[in-house]
Amino acid sequence: MSAPLLEISDLKVTFATPRGAVHAVDGVSFSVGRGEVLGIVGESGSGKSVTLRAIPRLLHANATVSGQATWQGQDLFAMDAETLRRVRGGKIAAIFQEPMSALNPVLPIGQQIDEVLVAHTTLDRAARRRRAAELLGLVGIASAGTRLDQYPHEFSGGMRQRAMIAIALSANPELLLADEPTTALDVTIQDQILKLMLRLVAELGMSMVLVTHDLGVIAETCDRVAVMYAGRLCETGTVVDVFERPLHAYTRALLQSMPGEGAARAQLIPIPGQPPRIDKPVPGCAFAPRCTLAEPRCGSERPLLRALAPAHETACHAGERLLAEAGA
Amino acid sequence: MNRGTWLVSRLLQIIPTFILIGLAVFVLARLLPGNVVEALLGDRGTDEAVARLTAQLGLDRSIPVQLLQYFRAILEGDLGDSLALRIKVTTLIADRLPVTGMLTLMAIIIALGMAVPLAFVAALNANRWPDLLIRWVFQLGLSSPVFYVGLLLLTVFAAGLRWFPVGGYGDTFGEKLYHLFLPAVALAFSFSAVVMRNLRASILAVLNAEYVDFARAKGIAARLVLFRHVLRNALIATVTLVGLHIGSLLGGAVVTESVFAVPGVGRLMVDSIFSRDYPVIQALTLVLALLVSLAFLVTDIVQMWLDPRVSR
Amino acid sequence: MRRLSGPLIGGIVLLGAVVICAIMPNVLAPYDPLGFDFGALLAPPTAAHPFGTDQFGRDMLSRTISAARIDLQIALFATLFPCALGVLIGLFVGWYGGLADMIFGRLVDLVVTFPFLVLVIAIVAILGPGLVNMYIAITIVGWVAYARLMHAEVLVQKSGEYVAAARVLGYSTPRILFRHILPNAIRPVLVYLVSDMALVILLGSSLGYLGLGAQPPEAEWGVLIADGKNFFDQAPWIALCPGGVIVLAGLGFSLTGDGLAELMDVKR
Repeated sequence: MSAPLLEISDLKVTFATPRGAVHAVDGVSFSVGRGEVLGIVGESGSGKSVTLRAIPRLLHANATVSGQATWQGQDLFAMDAETLRRVRGGKIAAIFQEPMSALNPVLPIGQQIDEVLVAHTTLDRAARRRRAAELLGLVGIASAGTRLDQYPHEFSGGMRQRAMIAIALSANPELLLADEPTTALDVTIQDQILKLMLRLVAELGMSMVLVTHDLGVIAETCDRVAVMYAGRLCETGTVVDVFERPLHAYTRALLQSMPGEGAARAQLIPIPGQPPRIDKPVPGCAFAPRCTLAEPRCGSERPLLRALAPAHETACHAGERLLAEAGA
Repeated sequence: MNRGTWLVSRLLQIIPTFILIGLAVFVLARLLPGNVVEALLGDRGTDEAVARLTAQLGLDRSIPVQLLQYFRAILEGDLGDSLALRIKVTTLIADRLPVTGMLTLMAIIIALGMAVPLAFVAALNANRWPDLLIRWVFQLGLSSPVFYVGLLLLTVFAAGLRWFPVGGYGDTFGEKLYHLFLPAVALAFSFSAVVMRNLRASILAVLNAEYVDFARAKGIAARLVLFRHVLRNALIATVTLVGLHIGSLLGGAVVTESVFAVPGVGRLMVDSIFSRDYPVIQALTLVLALLVSLAFLVTDIVQMWLDPRVSR
Repeated sequence: MRRLSGPLIGGIVLLGAVVICAIMPNVLAPYDPLGFDFGALLAPPTAAHPFGTDQFGRDMLSRTISAARIDLQIALFATLFPCALGVLIGLFVGWYGGLADMIFGRLVDLVVTFPFLVLVIAIVAILGPGLVNMYIAITIVGWVAYARLMHAEVLVQKSGEYVAAARVLGYSTPRILFRHILPNAIRPVLVYLVSDMALVILLGSSLGYLGLGAQPPEAEWGVLIADGKNFFDQAPWIALCPGGVIVLAGLGFSLTGDGLAELMDVKR
């Protein structure tokens, strides 16, 4: 297997708040291969979006980030500002959850595409305009010529998300970071956008990290999945492995909370109990208080991520039991 | 609604506003207690003199007739004669208004020149020492009356260092700028505090906006993120603020002009009170209110130009 | 109970100082504020006269302290009258809505078109200079801000469940308005009131300075400064010292206002 495109190791993010430090991400490691679609799934507050935004260093000054994010041999966290600028948008692009708030309301869509082209290409004005129209066409926006001069509020919700994808793809990035890209959209539009993203990823040979709270979206779009809970990584593996043979008690509970086998695209039904507070370090497994499989050591000894099957890792003390059950 | 229609309807709104302002000034001048004529003439008021002045001011006719005459005169550009100076009020105001206009404009430029960069520094260093220092200085600005700032500037820069004249006005444009500089700074001081406070808050809000993070994620230069995405959006609110504060700036100009003996409409207004020159006071109140409503109009148009969402 | 913030404590201390000066000027003032001393005319600040003396040798510190009473009175009267009028109007217009609401909207638009100070000066011009007329003028112009705040709050409160409950119980309209809506809606108004005191202190002293507010021999900071203005090149302390006190008093009110807004979680 060739070297991964992006490798995250021991990522920790702490937010300074008036009430003390919050450990939003606590020792997360994963990698993304070339052409691969990795899903990160978790409940809100699990740290999945923070993880995603930490990669191109988009978090604000109140966040302290440690660990490594290796992009083609270079550590993004140690990069100088200009190199980082070239990677952002040029190599690693991002799209966000709310296209209405992620697009600048007072600039025409065309200009918001154009500034990416200015930053990452040597095209002249006319060529940039042609490229911008082409990009809108690529994401399925009709009459691109007039659309370029319109403002975000003149677009519908789905169109805005398409425009945001067009902006992200402007400079032919190699990796797309998508932060809940369909959550804010109507269900019918969600499907269109997901299909569009999958098609573009395949056509352009990109990799993608897709953050969502929706297991259905993961099942539909991803090659591999990483499950997060309370700022920690619980389990990673191929979608088939994780969905059919979950090796972490939390993943299993998640999957069981879905109404019926194969009911794709359903919202998660919450697991009994509350997600833990992350303003204090948890000594053992963060899921232990809500876990039906919990053993005494789960409360005191933190389970480490380990491979129990080929390319299938879990951080659960009950992993072996679950593996045996699945094998039986 | 498209922009053209919006613009026309906004322009048409100025007509009822103007009529209401005129009506308000008329009512104000006639409903308040006190007989103007007797106040003017005082003890010297013989019956004959009272009758003559009453007729001169048109106060001997019925209220509706007075109202009609009043509006007709305004439309004809006739605001009466100054009782004290014996010249047409319109001439007087046309003479003095440019002075106040220039003073106010200079004050706006100075205030923005101080407030915009400092608001930026404060917001980007939120709650660290540069922010705290800037906020404290401007907090003092908010609590300092215009006339006091004016006197301080006079004491230090005119009487003390002799860099600037003590007051008055010049003939050439350069001299005027020179004479109006200290008054404009005095007028700008508390206004810049208002702008600074407001702009700092909106920069902080914009810095947390999702579209700024998205702009950073696009890999455009940090300078472009700041100017094109942060400052431009934050300034939209500031434009409105400047427009809404034209009135208080004109009010401040009244005081400033008195401190620095600047021959503008503000000083004229105060002088007219002591000389009981009612036609001048009435006309100035009218003209200044009309100016403010025009400033509101311009603000709305500039806002439409800056913010494409406005006309929808 | 949230803790008092530093600026709020500072504001209250400054206000306390003004109030103490206003209550017992004779105890605090080192000299008779009207006592002439021809041995010390236009004397610069010294230990004996921290604020210096004026052209009659009067001690400026004593004059400044004795002027606190009028300025405090301005801070109270020039806000309480407009506040009372505005709250009543906002309450009734917000409650009854309809035509009253429309007229109210127009009237508010109209009043804000006039520069505040210019309109106050115009009214003072008609009524004649003086403190009482100044209060009348400020009330005529200043009620609008309070009425708008109250109006907006009443619209929010009107849809509250407790109002529906009070109606079902058959309470009379005045009772609902004054016993139920008013206490719930008044908070932002009171916070604004404190901040407004800072503004009217500046306004009142400006009018005093122009000769339109307090009239000599009434001691008022703006009047003192107007007195000193003629000597600003020989004896700047006559004007500058009382001016500094105005700034501190204004600071006291605005810090207290901001602090209260934060403490009571009122958005502005």
